[in-house]
Amino acid sequence: MTGGGQVPSLARAQRRARVRGLLLLGPALVTLGALTLYPTIWVCWLSLQRRMPIFGVNRFEGLGNYVFLATDPRFWKATEVTLLFTVTSVALELAGGVLAAVALRGLHAGSRIALSLLLLAWALPSVVTAKLFEWLYHPTAGLINFALGGIALNWLGDPRLALPGLILADVWRTLPFVAVLCYARLLAIPADIYEAAQLDGAGAVATFTRITLPLLGRILMIALLFRTLDALRSFDLMFVLTGGGPAGTTETLTVYAYRSLFQAVQLGLGSAVGVVVFALVMLVAWAYLRALRRQGLAA
Amino acid sequence: MRVREGAVLALFLVYAWPFFWQLLTSLKPEAELMVLPPLLPSRLTGEHYRAVLDQSVMLRALGNSFGVGAITTVLALVLGLFGAYGIARYPVPGKGLLLLLIVAGTAFPQIATVSPLYLLMRALDLRDTWLALILANTSFALPLVIWLLTGFLQEIPAQLEEAAAVDGAGRLRAFRWIVLPLLAPGLASAALLTFLFSWNEFLFAYTFTATEASRTVPVALALFPGVFEVPWGDIAAASMLASVPPLVLVIGLQRYLVRGLLSGALRE
Repeated sequence: MTGGGQVPSLARAQRRARVRGLLLLGPALVTLGALTLYPTIWVCWLSLQRRMPIFGVNRFEGLGNYVFLATDPRFWKATEVTLLFTVTSVALELAGGVLAAVALRGLHAGSRIALSLLLLAWALPSVVTAKLFEWLYHPTAGLINFALGGIALNWLGDPRLALPGLILADVWRTLPFVAVLCYARLLAIPADIYEAAQLDGAGAVATFTRITLPLLGRILMIALLFRTLDALRSFDLMFVLTGGGPAGTTETLTVYAYRSLFQAVQLGLGSAVGVVVFALVMLVAWAYLRALRRQGLAA
Repeated sequence: MRVREGAVLALFLVYAWPFFWQLLTSLKPEAELMVLPPLLPSRLTGEHYRAVLDQSVMLRALGNSFGVGAITTVLALVLGLFGAYGIARYPVPGKGLLLLLIVAGTAFPQIATVSPLYLLMRALDLRDTWLALILANTSFALPLVIWLLTGFLQEIPAQLEEAAAVDGAGRLRAFRWIVLPLLAPGLASAALLTFLFSWNEFLFAYTFTATEASRTVPVALALFPGVFEVPWGDIAAASMLASVPPLVLVIGLQRYLVRGLLSGALRE
């Protein structure tokens, strides 16, 4: 089929295919360029400015906002809350998700109902989750205090309890994601592996640590990445449930950024905090990919 | 094994109770809301639902959420389908980098782009319109749609289309009659996830809307009016209404939802 004289026409066909591919991608790329890439560059530019529209202030400031943040106790407190929130809730979600998946795997009846319930918790708008937990945490009429024997803990109003309360709500909402991923992976494991382990006299704990966990390894790594990135940038739940309070104990970087942007109307400073969140997310993704490559897991 | 049954029961309670409690709260008479015990109300009432539906806020919000969600889904799917087909079937230069950028796009924190997008919407005079929300939601839905559909398309052998093209069907007809039917479940998964994310989206909607004209359900719920006391019964009723579409999707179309979730996470 390929005679010598056809090489130019093949090259032309190749070029035409490339052009067609780019034409097909064009609209999507233009949309993403305008709505994601351009704003990302713009926000970096904004973060270098001092912008307070209500005072008519609008000038270039270089790294001024970042210099301010470096010595801003509120920023460091928010960073601490963000990291604490991320590490704790992701750890609890992964552990709980694996346990839930293992428990569901052996279930004959009712696994569909259980799965639907889990998925529903994941699929609810996070604002609904926030309202649901606000009511559950209510000091006098809340189900949680009632279940704890009628004590009157002010969950969302107490600086020591607010962050744990927030983390608990987040774990409830996102544990199902991990559980569903792990459950699907477990279903793909042939039952005879477990039967063989049983014949060899392996106990439940040994079966879990020697067979189940290693087989879940890859999917857990993926869940870890997805959940960490999501937790770092999450906003809705804390904004609606606690608004960052009491006394800033649940104010994450995202809430701080939002308040600077639209409540204090300091567009430059808020954008700088947004850029920090962006950098944090990208840093985690990059470190993760590097770690994967080092382990030779990434193909 | 006792442990497993105990764990499943605990899981069931932890996940069923909060939801059931909210449902019960939405049906409790106003006078019994703040009294606990008893757990169960003396009678069930629809007064909270009536109160919520009598205000125009929630009805409008439901309409806005449906409209924005549906249009976002169509837009992201059309753009995403073209783009994914280009990546999967044509020798686009820089394909690897492009895919990496698209995956990175799914991880972009909204809080970083919300300020420039706000200025953009203001400059285009789009504040408080559906279009602002549709564009903003498309920005985070599109990378996911392209990512999902590229994967699904790569599972369909290109030879099928080429054979049809040899038979004189033409690329477009081959696409219509061969690729599209095979891709349908994948499209359904992508559509479901896009609609769900759009329905749940809060940050953009909270920032770009100002009145009932464009406020979506999560925004209306977050700003739920209470004059002196928090109207817990009405809030519960409103959040039940906000949960209906996710509930329908989870129960009715679970297969596609799980498929979309899994293929989004598993393809690396």
